[in-house]
Amino acid sequence: MASYNSSEFRNGLKVMIDGDPYTVIEHDHVRPGKGQAFHRMKIRNLKTGRVVERTYKSGESLEAADVMETDAQYLYNDGEHYHFMNPSNFEQYSVNADSIEDTKQWLKENDMCLVLLWNGNPLSVTPPNFVELRITETDPGLKGDTSGGGGKPATLETGAVVRVPLFIQVDEVIKVDTRTGEYVSRVKE
Amino acid sequence: MNWQPGISRQVLERRAQFLASIRQFFKERDILEVETPLLSHSTNPHPFVPSLIAEYQPHPDVPPTACYLQTSPEFAMKRLLAMGSGSIYQLCKAFRNDFCGKLHNPEFTMLEWYHVGYDHHQLMDEVDAFLKCMLHVPPAERVSYQALFQQHLNTDPLTVETAELKKIIEQQGIEVAIADSELDKDGWLNLAMSHLIEPKLGKTRPVFVYDYPASQAALAKISSHDARLAERFEVYYQGIELGNGFHELSNENEQRKRFKQQLKERERQELPIVPLDENFLKALEHGLPDCAGIAIGIDRLLMIALKKWNIRDVMGFDFDRS
Repeated sequence: MASYNSSEFRNGLKVMIDGDPYTVIEHDHVRPGKGQAFHRMKIRNLKTGRVVERTYKSGESLEAADVMETDAQYLYNDGEHYHFMNPSNFEQYSVNADSIEDTKQWLKENDMCLVLLWNGNPLSVTPPNFVELRITETDPGLKGDTSGGGGKPATLETGAVVRVPLFIQVDEVIKVDTRTGEYVSRVKE
Repeated sequence: MNWQPGISRQVLERRAQFLASIRQFFKERDILEVETPLLSHSTNPHPFVPSLIAEYQPHPDVPPTACYLQTSPEFAMKRLLAMGSGSIYQLCKAFRNDFCGKLHNPEFTMLEWYHVGYDHHQLMDEVDAFLKCMLHVPPAERVSYQALFQQHLNTDPLTVETAELKKIIEQQGIEVAIADSELDKDGWLNLAMSHLIEPKLGKTRPVFVYDYPASQAALAKISSHDARLAERFEVYYQGIELGNGFHELSNENEQRKRFKQQLKERERQELPIVPLDENFLKALEHGLPDCAGIAIGIDRLLMIALKKWNIRDVMGFDFDRS
């Protein structure tokens, strides 16, 4: 595998550290007046999501991680695993439910997602920025309220719970921003 | 390829005003502006101050000679001082054969000045006036290196054992992926300074840190009161190291001894061996007047004045665009 030396470090670079794939969030060359130089990195473990800061000696090189992102369609889940398929080469990936704990609530069958692969195996899944989901449960709104002030919780078909305006009813489809988990609009069918 | 400069016309103007104000400051103090070679036959042997080599070969038949782009104009300026120039300053480019970073570019603008008859405390007063003039800041704080470590890390940098220092740094959440054999005590002190102390320095006013450990003396005199200390200071503002000053070492024998130690350290680190500046050593032998001097990074000073936090953003053409 190729490796990068510290002059090649860039934000977003994928590198191997202690056997795990990491992405570089921030890096800087630090040289105290008349002292030894250091390379200071802020990195995210792509398996655990944990962010750590590490200092290397300047000039250190790190092995490149074979990490790539691919478009994949969400097919179905069997409770334990979530299954995706790359529609251009029909390659299928199954992802352990635990490793997508935070994102699985936005996954709707047939939606296109981004799957992060390490040595060909999925590490994480990024849902589309906006998803359209049907409401399965919410308190009836007050009659005549169309302003949306205040809001109420609503459960969506995937199990996600978002705050919606009072006028939104069960069975309606809404658009949600998955990055913030916030209601965007009602979707007319 | 990108032909365009990295800064706006407005930043160019601010840069030009900045250089003009600096010259005005020294004119008012009757300190003479000088120029010295950027390209020289010798260079600073300090293992942590890496020089760029430029080959001099005026004709293909002439064997090339390695010359050095100066890491600072210090040695040549001291030759002027020894000649009897009186107090002098220089605004010039300096070069380091080193990585780029938020505060580092291989070529940068340096202000270096020497005040004859001053010690490092008197020079700190003058630097304070300079910063007030350039950045309109309140008077600087002053703290000794020892007191600074006691304040921030509750340890005495002069007596702490290396293993203990390492433990203190790791307890502060700094993960260090460097083999023990590659960091000596000064290495750990520098790591603590740059990672844990420096970012907190000078939030509201500049800070002078003075009396460094003698092992980090560089070109400073050893204190006559306490041989563990060097009469060296650094100035910080907004968490950025701006300059490094010395009550200048003038003893030729001591200077040669330090150069030899630095060459030995270069050998140990497998760094290229560089020729010593015998002209500079001769000048010290002739006699350097008692003086204090400082080098200030002008790009960093401009960064602070313009609130731009990457050195690229105050340079027309940083190294990537050069």
